[in-house]
Amino acid sequence: MGNLKTKRSSFKLHHHINWIIAAVALVLVVILSFADALGRSDVSLLNRVAYSIILAVSLNLVVGFLGELSLGHAGFMCVGAYIGCYIANYLNSVIDSPVLVLIITMFVGGLVAAFFGFIIGLPALRLKGDYLAIATLAFGEIVRNIFKNLPYFGGAKGLIVNKIFSSTKPTLLIISFIVVLITLVVTQNLIRSKHGRAITAIRDNEIAAKAMGINVTYYKLFVFVFAAFFAGVAGVLYGHQTTPVMYSFFSYNYSIEILVMVVLGGMGNITGSILAATLITYVNFVLQNELTGNLAALKLLIYAIILIVVVLFNNAPVFRPIKEKLNFRRLFGRKHSPERIKDDAAAWDRVPTKIQMDELLSVDVTPTNYEPDKGLKDGGDD
Amino acid sequence: MSTILDGLSLGAIYALIALGYTMVYGIAKMLNFAHGDIIMVGAYAIFVTLASTNLLLALVVSILLCAVTGVVVEKLAYKPLRSASPLAVLITAIGVSYFLQGTAQLIFGSKSQPITLPSLGSIQIGNFQVELRTVITLGVGALLMVGLTLFVKCTRTGRAMLAVSEDKGAAQLMGVNVNRIIMITFAIGSTLAACASFFYLLQIPSVSPTLGAMPGIKAFAAAVIGGIGSIPGAMVGGVLLGLVEKICTSIPVLNPYTTAIEFGLLIVILLVRPIGLLGVRRREKV
Amino acid sequence: MSDIVLETKDLGISFGGLHAVQNLNLKIRKRQLYGLVGPNGAGKTTVFNMLTGVYAPTTGSFYLEGEDLTGKKQEVINHKGIARTFQNIRLFNNMSVIRNVMVGLHNQPEFKCNPFTGMFRLPGYYKSEKKMRERAKEILRIFNLEDERNNLSCNLPYGKQRKLEIARALATNPKLLLLDEPAAGMNPHETEDLMNIIRYIRDNFDMTILLIEHDMKFVSGLCDEVTVLNFGTMLAQGTPAEALNDPEVIKAYIGG
Repeated sequence: MGNLKTKRSSFKLHHHINWIIAAVALVLVVILSFADALGRSDVSLLNRVAYSIILAVSLNLVVGFLGELSLGHAGFMCVGAYIGCYIANYLNSVIDSPVLVLIITMFVGGLVAAFFGFIIGLPALRLKGDYLAIATLAFGEIVRNIFKNLPYFGGAKGLIVNKIFSSTKPTLLIISFIVVLITLVVTQNLIRSKHGRAITAIRDNEIAAKAMGINVTYYKLFVFVFAAFFAGVAGVLYGHQTTPVMYSFFSYNYSIEILVMVVLGGMGNITGSILAATLITYVNFVLQNELTGNLAALKLLIYAIILIVVVLFNNAPVFRPIKEKLNFRRLFGRKHSPERIKDDAAAWDRVPTKIQMDELLSVDVTPTNYEPDKGLKDGGDD
Repeated sequence: MSTILDGLSLGAIYALIALGYTMVYGIAKMLNFAHGDIIMVGAYAIFVTLASTNLLLALVVSILLCAVTGVVVEKLAYKPLRSASPLAVLITAIGVSYFLQGTAQLIFGSKSQPITLPSLGSIQIGNFQVELRTVITLGVGALLMVGLTLFVKCTRTGRAMLAVSEDKGAAQLMGVNVNRIIMITFAIGSTLAACASFFYLLQIPSVSPTLGAMPGIKAFAAAVIGGIGSIPGAMVGGVLLGLVEKICTSIPVLNPYTTAIEFGLLIVILLVRPIGLLGVRRREKV
Repeated sequence: MSDIVLETKDLGISFGGLHAVQNLNLKIRKRQLYGLVGPNGAGKTTVFNMLTGVYAPTTGSFYLEGEDLTGKKQEVINHKGIARTFQNIRLFNNMSVIRNVMVGLHNQPEFKCNPFTGMFRLPGYYKSEKKMRERAKEILRIFNLEDERNNLSCNLPYGKQRKLEIARALATNPKLLLLDEPAAGMNPHETEDLMNIIRYIRDNFDMTILLIEHDMKFVSGLCDEVTVLNFGTMLAQGTPAEALNDPEVIKAYIGG
């Protein structure tokens, strides 16, 4: 055939929606900040939105596209924040331009986080599912525990970061949104490339992916390192906005908060992650002064309800008819097919049993109608 | 010596919690992230009932409440996901954990509140002054574990549990009511968690909504270290982790890094022997 | 002798003392359609699992065009040229039909590029992607699946899913294709169609195919040579007519 449409004419909006959203947001931020329309709390909120989006999108790559659960995302962010800001404190006496300092520290923070992603990923990715989740959780706690006790990083008082951006100027905010834009373009491109295809193939059926010659370890590690890099970058952005950088911020609860964003936006749905990260950050910001005392528990309860309801709605057979009627696919993530669920359950099912019997029982389940008397011509097509 | 004993009694607590994890993992094939928060429920139950009645009644109430909570959680949140991917179940379990914490916080506030338990004093064994709570924790803990092992090995229900953990489908075909077995498993696991919560309060006499989170995660680590799905594994892992924790705390240089060392141990075990110390290797079906 | 594609020498595996397969000796020549038959639990799929690196054989070895691949990793074996399908279909269910095939094309040398090319859309990316898509369409055309290419693979009817699995395996450009019950669950018409496709692949791609099948009509109509397995050991080997009429084989099927 060969009559493939050209690149330009096959432009599809849903392929590009993510970076368009980010670009529009960037333009709005620039306009608003030069028009002096942003108050101090607005800038603070928008900064939080920016790094939350980066965190949610990068975690979605691990959870939604690779299909592995990481509960240590805040740990990578922690590494990035501490290392990046520690270096920034030195660099800003050497380099005049705060923008340059930020860019360098983002790279360094991101790379160190990526290195940790590699170190923890290399062995941990041999583990599957729940084990990986617990190993990443353990990693996050270890990182926090170590930074808390290292005197170079301020110990229990946290790391004081020299303010290189005045809080009246929007420089940091604009850079943050540029980083968001870059993150989205790069992530989206990766997903829509042959490598992204390999990653989704691993999620859909790891055994088949291996049989197709996909180097599963390589891609898992790649995604892990990639996500850790962006978590580190987000950490640096966080550190420049919030001082001191406190180890306590990066607890397991924060990892869960990012996970809530991913789940609410839909696993495997980048646009959803952007919207959910914005929404949750905004709601948190608004409610943090309203909900005090016992009412602060409402935040936990809201998160709990989001996690339970969204997952049940997407996965429980009870809700399937309602789901088909409503077709919330765009908001609640990709469609689940019953086949896939079954298949996954089989592949993940790893409780010790008698392997020999298993082996024998699992093969050749198709009954045969073959009867030797009738000769070779009789065959069963069950 | 006292460090070792403290370690053993903390280990017994971890082991009791780890048993809940391991049983649920073995039978329902899911990581019940909310198991740690069942301990918190148990602790609050003791806290509230102790204000008006005696300790024994408080314990009974605590056990009942935990068992009911465990079963209700299973029915509402996990049962609809029986055939869903483990990722979905794990995320729901995290949600349940948050839900329990949030509810407790809504009712009791986020501050930790002290609880007064009858003081137990200590007894003299040889040259050592041993606190009675340590002896009780160790003794009752060991008794419960032996009881559980016997229950699984020797009763009809116990054997049905083993069958379900081997092969759910086959067990069902043999007439085992899988849903009932899973429900019983949750009830037993939660009962053990309630006992653990009492021992935990003996050690640290205060309650807070996040009380269960850390011991929960550590006990899960213990279950994984020992080999998930294996009852003796959970005991070994629990005791090992308890000892490591108490020994680290007693050495000043290591003390601040106790958490890192414990989780480091978990990661090392996972790498060297992913199936845990007493786990059984299993092949994937293709 | 140089036209032997796959040779196994005393290949065997035991699971905790139980010999699932033992002393398997196969010689499969180029362009041969070779059948592996046997009653349930005979160890046929286990053989496939060994040949594709899912299980490491405990005894013996196997060679692809003279190269020892025993105990190599799954992806390495695939790169060397053995591709397979699965008894219980394992498609990438949340991906479109054409993307399934493109995953198969992933490691073809002409489409090799590092992840950064895709991430930053470096030069050559679009061209390579377009070439890949074209190739995938060509492969789908053989299987009459071209019109379905943008559907989700899980929405295909069963017979087409089986065909798509073969297409995907073929995309990895193997020297030896292993088909695990390719006709299972197909109606007679689809089975006929599948037989033609398999012959077509053999003729046009110079492919060597080893297949497991229960449908004896399918096996005897298609294969040049068969090996019958029972309880992990070889009962008979030869042309379908010889092997399937062997008294031992008949006994094994009736049950002795």
